[in-house]
Amino acid sequence: MEKNYVIVGNSAAAIGCVEGIRQVDTKGSILIVSDEPHHTYSRPLISYLLWGKTDRQRMKYRPDSFYEDNKVDTLFGVKATALHPEEHTLELDNGETVTYGKLLLATGSRPFIPPMEGLDQVEKKFTFMTLNDALALEEAITPDSKVLIVGAGLIGLKCAEGIFEKVTSLTVVDLANRILPSILDEEGSKLVQEYIEKKGVKFYLSDSVAKFEEGVARLNSGAEVEYDVVVIAVGVRPNVELAQQAGIDVNRGILTDVHCATSAADVYAAGDCTVSHNIASDQDQILALLPNAYMQGETAGIEMAGGEANYDKAIPMNAMGMLGLHMITAGVYDGEVYKEQNCEGYKKLFVKDGKLKGYILIGDVIKRAGIYTSLIREQTPLDEIDFDLIKHSPQLMAFAKKERKVKLAGAKE
Amino acid sequence: MKRVYVNEEWCLGCHLCEYQCAFANSGETDMVKALKGVKINPRIQVEEGDGVNFAVQCRHCEEPLCVKGCISGALSIKDGVIHLDENKCVGCYTCVLMCPYGAIMPGNGTAVQKCELCLNNSCGEPACVKGCPNAAIVYEER
Repeated sequence: MEKNYVIVGNSAAAIGCVEGIRQVDTKGSILIVSDEPHHTYSRPLISYLLWGKTDRQRMKYRPDSFYEDNKVDTLFGVKATALHPEEHTLELDNGETVTYGKLLLATGSRPFIPPMEGLDQVEKKFTFMTLNDALALEEAITPDSKVLIVGAGLIGLKCAEGIFEKVTSLTVVDLANRILPSILDEEGSKLVQEYIEKKGVKFYLSDSVAKFEEGVARLNSGAEVEYDVVVIAVGVRPNVELAQQAGIDVNRGILTDVHCATSAADVYAAGDCTVSHNIASDQDQILALLPNAYMQGETAGIEMAGGEANYDKAIPMNAMGMLGLHMITAGVYDGEVYKEQNCEGYKKLFVKDGKLKGYILIGDVIKRAGIYTSLIREQTPLDEIDFDLIKHSPQLMAFAKKERKVKLAGAKE
Repeated sequence: MKRVYVNEEWCLGCHLCEYQCAFANSGETDMVKALKGVKINPRIQVEEGDGVNFAVQCRHCEEPLCVKGCISGALSIKDGVIHLDENKCVGCYTCVLMCPYGAIMPGNGTAVQKCELCLNNSCGEPACVKGCPNAAIVYEER
């Protein structure tokens, strides 16, 4: 088989790539290879699926006609086993070899399962990353279930939210001393933890499972937690094996330039399997976030098709609901702090070197948060705007008249 | 494409556009019935400053960060208009995080809400513009 473009993966980065390619090249042949046997779906929506806030049809990331509309051939349930950048070929586990013009690695990440004594004896244990994970968990839980979630990060807590109404008890254990450490500061973590605890979720922090016994997990603190279902959500690892075996530069994640090109000619990479440059901290890190994955994929697609695009404004950013409490966060929590806390919610802005570097918004203070995000992404010098005005409520009034004309009146920059 | 543009010099800050928006998107045919005693949650919002006022709603960007960031596929571009499929939206507010204009906001139910130029309601053209007494917002190509 021979294709102009081959994409390994079928989630946000892959879809972004298709849409990027089609902005430039409406004709070239595209093949998507994915080991998951599903039409593209939104991974972050698996918790909403269990919660009953969406369903299999509505959680499709793109319409049923997406592949047809974009003239994309698909091989679902097929795994790519070897990549040969010199020959421009990709070997598949169905025995076929595909010759490509340009290739995108959008291989994502997979749950990391640390060794835990007795875990192999646990009958109902799950991870929470894919649609199949969610469907398997849904089948295992009953209204009498006592669920133990190992991991108080995004994945563990979204899982808790998803099954909250469907089980008897939910216990979350984490080695860290606070919840959501990657998206909140200490104060914010405490606030959100209290909210979730009031809803009835029990936390054991700075603690871990010493041993799983039948129906009981013994924690290192000495506590015992009854369970019948275990979810492991301690973290993810990027899927870099295909790249590594092909001799492509990898440092934890696949390394790319601003055009999302890897060290191998005609091979690009996007999404959770890659390393991004966080412009808020000026550091390289894996930013496994859907918006970033899409934008990387789109950039790669445009470049693969001969257009020009840069992925050079990456920052960590999260919008997350937790049992009715909303939080929006972005950037890094470094620098001088502006803080507001009242009955409406909790807000912190972080300013360094005359620029907004990060923010945390929890509760009813999330409105127009994107104005803050844009200040971080664009690295806007704060002396060019009325920052005092914008601290309390984000608004376009803080920008100079000339800038407002560009934003609202169609004036050219 | 025709968009709603702001003439901030002419904006009186009367907030009529907000009421027109709330009415147009209420599904009601009678303005009193739609708005009486209701705390409106319009998709256009007037910013008031020191002698300057202007209204802000979705800019229908050519490179919409909300659409690129949408985790559910609920936001899409249809003939240049940024369209929200309320049925797909789970209210995660990633679009609120992404929009540099602060023009997408929590709706009255689970889904967010945004201006769709009244192309998705019975008005058929922006009600805010039609109702603006001073041409402080206009619907045209620029």
